[in-house]
Amino acid sequence: MTTLQTVFAKAKADDRAALIGYLPAGFPTKDGAIAAASAMVEAGCDVIEIGLPYSDPLMDGPTIQDAVHRALTNGTRIADVLRTVEGVAKTGAATLVMTYWNPIDRYGAERFARDLANAGGTGTITPDLTPEESEPWRAASAAAGIDTVFLVAPSSPETRIKAVIDSCTGFVYAASLMGVTGARESVGSAAKGLVERTRAHTGLPICVGLGVGTGKQAAEVAGYADGVIVGSAFIRRILDAPDEASGLAAVRELGAELAAGVRG
Amino acid sequence: MTAQEGTVLSTADLAGNGAHGNDPDIHGKFGIFGGRYVPEALIPALDEVAAEYDKAKNDVAFLREFDHLLRTYAGRPTTLTEVPRFAEQAGGARIILKREDLTHTGAHKINNVLGQALLTKRLGKSRVIAETGAGQHGVATATAAALMGLECVIYMGAVDCERQALNVARMKLLGATVVPVTNGSQTLKDAINEAFRDWVANVDHTHYLFGTIAGPHPFPEIVRDFARIIGVEARRQMLELTGRLPDAIAAAVGGGSNAIGIFHAFLDDEGVQLHGYEAGGRGLESGEHALTLTAGSVGVLHGSRTYVLQDDEGQTIESHSISAGLDYPGVGPEHAWLKDSGRASYHGITDAEAMDAFSLLARTEGIIPAIESSHALAGALKLGREMGPEATILVNLSGRGDKDMGTAMKYFNL
Repeated sequence: MTTLQTVFAKAKADDRAALIGYLPAGFPTKDGAIAAASAMVEAGCDVIEIGLPYSDPLMDGPTIQDAVHRALTNGTRIADVLRTVEGVAKTGAATLVMTYWNPIDRYGAERFARDLANAGGTGTITPDLTPEESEPWRAASAAAGIDTVFLVAPSSPETRIKAVIDSCTGFVYAASLMGVTGARESVGSAAKGLVERTRAHTGLPICVGLGVGTGKQAAEVAGYADGVIVGSAFIRRILDAPDEASGLAAVRELGAELAAGVRG
Repeated sequence: MTAQEGTVLSTADLAGNGAHGNDPDIHGKFGIFGGRYVPEALIPALDEVAAEYDKAKNDVAFLREFDHLLRTYAGRPTTLTEVPRFAEQAGGARIILKREDLTHTGAHKINNVLGQALLTKRLGKSRVIAETGAGQHGVATATAAALMGLECVIYMGAVDCERQALNVARMKLLGATVVPVTNGSQTLKDAINEAFRDWVANVDHTHYLFGTIAGPHPFPEIVRDFARIIGVEARRQMLELTGRLPDAIAAAVGGGSNAIGIFHAFLDDEGVQLHGYEAGGRGLESGEHALTLTAGSVGVLHGSRTYVLQDDEGQTIESHSISAGLDYPGVGPEHAWLKDSGRASYHGITDAEAMDAFSLLARTEGIIPAIESSHALAGALKLGREMGPEATILVNLSGRGDKDMGTAMKYFNL
């Protein structure tokens, strides 16, 4: 499997930021998610986050909520998430799962980590798991050889930043603004400062997410971060497309624009 | 003047001073339950609320102001009412009601909101948001916000907006903005998700005035402490009225605030049985219920580890109850702890049993209870028959039934 370490090393060698795309498993359909994520890779995404659809996604804005609701409505289960990871990992992209904690907790931390690694997954992003509660998951992930990614936020004081990065392997996810997921007119002005504050404490790559949706924004973020994370903007393209083929074309188009953006 | 003198609440009244051994640890854990499972962005705000609350609960001026509001605005202490005609259906046991329905705004929710509104001002914040199911917490929050000049936004499931239209109108009249939530099951659970989303974006000037003892630390502890006055008063009043403590206490459990409010002052009284009644809806077998403690499993919902109605992959299962206020697939972590430790026991009451008790209390005693509280009343009837005529049962009549008249009209064809 492609690891986050190799992705960031390669991007660094190319003197650019990595491009990370998000899509929930099961959206727009179970197979359609694999096709769309593969199109994102073809268009230039280095890393794919596969969302594990959850009934109560309290960190997500309306676009991702809508996509996740569709995924759950069409019966997407953890086996489908793992199958999606397997399909996407075959493209050569480093493939992570982004998930709220309860589905892993219920599935069993060790079992989930093992099954994810066997599917070719390289790690997880867990937006509602704090460092204080993360020990069982870090242990299970270490045993399975996968990375753990946690979030820092503009509101995080130094002590919290330190606690979060101590739990991270792979990279640190810097939330660009105080808010939920969703493309916005501008990336939060707090993002750059947060990346700088975080960089003072860690050598890990720092990637910025929340609110990024255009090539111009990607270029701006790539100016100070090691990776640019885009989710809602890809989903919006699929939601707005009249059919699956034009949705894939729209995803490729956005992927290319963002990929050009991270190359400055 | 110290906190112990006069009519001012003491620290012990407010929080029990830890003497009961049931306070959460530094991470907000009651045993394995509680904690914080929230986006990192909210952690500083939760830390800020926890730190300010720790100062407030030991601040005589704060206790005095809270006590003053409870007495002069909320209408405390609420009385006890013995209901002998109602109790005729309970095998002759004595049934005594703690009348939270007589508070301003008509439910126990007012206690917590007055405390948290004061806390909001201490935090220097100008806006409160809240979630509501039946609307009682929303009405109480809008009321406290009006009283203290705070901007107020209430999130309410679209389904609940419809079945609790009267309370929506009340909140608007009080100056609050009511936001119908159309995600998911469009009930309380989804209103909580939406309120959290608002809070993440506006945490610099907004306090999330959480309405029950669920959610991330420190909410379960704060809401419990502000609701604790119910049991503190009831304990004294029972001793005055009957010369002894009750044999059992019955309370309805949705999120669990009214139940913890009356249970808490009795935790160390080992002879007092504590019974929580959850919404059995159309019955356990129907799958349409809110039997979180009796049929749920341990998981994480809304920032806390507790019992949850969930499937084998951790997806929340939608709950059902005729009572919007009990229609919640989670429960406060302290109840999860009380269940596992065996100190309290939890049972289901179906919609039909609750509505029978609702009607019975109205006809025998001239009191129209909230449908939430009717679950506790139905539980007390069963308990009385089991415990026999010597038993004295204290019921937390957590709210009045005006808001539920629409449901009652349909149910009874009135």
